[in-house]
Amino acid sequence: MFAVAAIALFVGMIIVLIRLYAGPTLYDRVLAGNAFGTYTVLFIGILGFLTGRPDFLDIALLYALINFVGTIAILKYFRYRAIGDTSPTPRGTPTANGRLKDQGAKS
Amino acid sequence: MSALDMIVEVASWVAILLGSAFMLIGAVGTLRFPDFWSRVHAVSVADSAGMLLLTLGMCMQGGFTLVTVKLIIIGIFLFITGPTATHAVANAALVSGFLPKGADAFRKPKLIVDKETKKIKKKKRSPLKGKL
Repeated sequence: MFAVAAIALFVGMIIVLIRLYAGPTLYDRVLAGNAFGTYTVLFIGILGFLTGRPDFLDIALLYALINFVGTIAILKYFRYRAIGDTSPTPRGTPTANGRLKDQGAKS
Repeated sequence: MSALDMIVEVASWVAILLGSAFMLIGAVGTLRFPDFWSRVHAVSVADSAGMLLLTLGMCMQGGFTLVTVKLIIIGIFLFITGPTATHAVANAALVSGFLPKGADAFRKPKLIVDKETKKIKKKKRSPLKGKL
């Protein structure tokens, strides 16, 4: 039963990675990256039960924390072009492609 | 093995198998759906339903141990942060100018108009009200 779940999660991870590679826009890739993190957390848990040593759950919890913070950090970076010290107005406004048109290059 | 153990075992099988099915469905939807917004839909299926069912099944397998406590913590955390992250991605995409296909008809007109044009708009809307 755990083997079935592990195989399903593994196949799902590969499919989500295909979307992450082929996603036409930036937001598809961020979404696929977030989903890949969730899949990985559950895969780590299932793998711990499969091998009879469910001690990997600490790693899974840590992965969940880092995944959420990383998704928010990527979104913030692509919106403000900086992670820590941000200007109040976004400098580059994303176009419909999902690519950023850099407007504030002078300042 | 008592009857209660059997019930818990079968329930955990059902939960884990259903959860894996939801995860697979979400992944296939993420790959196959044509639009970004529909992909958000597919990802959130895997993020909430599949995650909850898999965590529930693993909790039932763990029994009353520390493993179950960790699993519950992981489940609560993913249940809060998964939809939050999905919402953040969708909101960023919407702010950056993405619109769903065929959404131009529902977009608000950019010009804020004077009173006369508002009257005209009301007149245009009124026959529809009568039909409804």
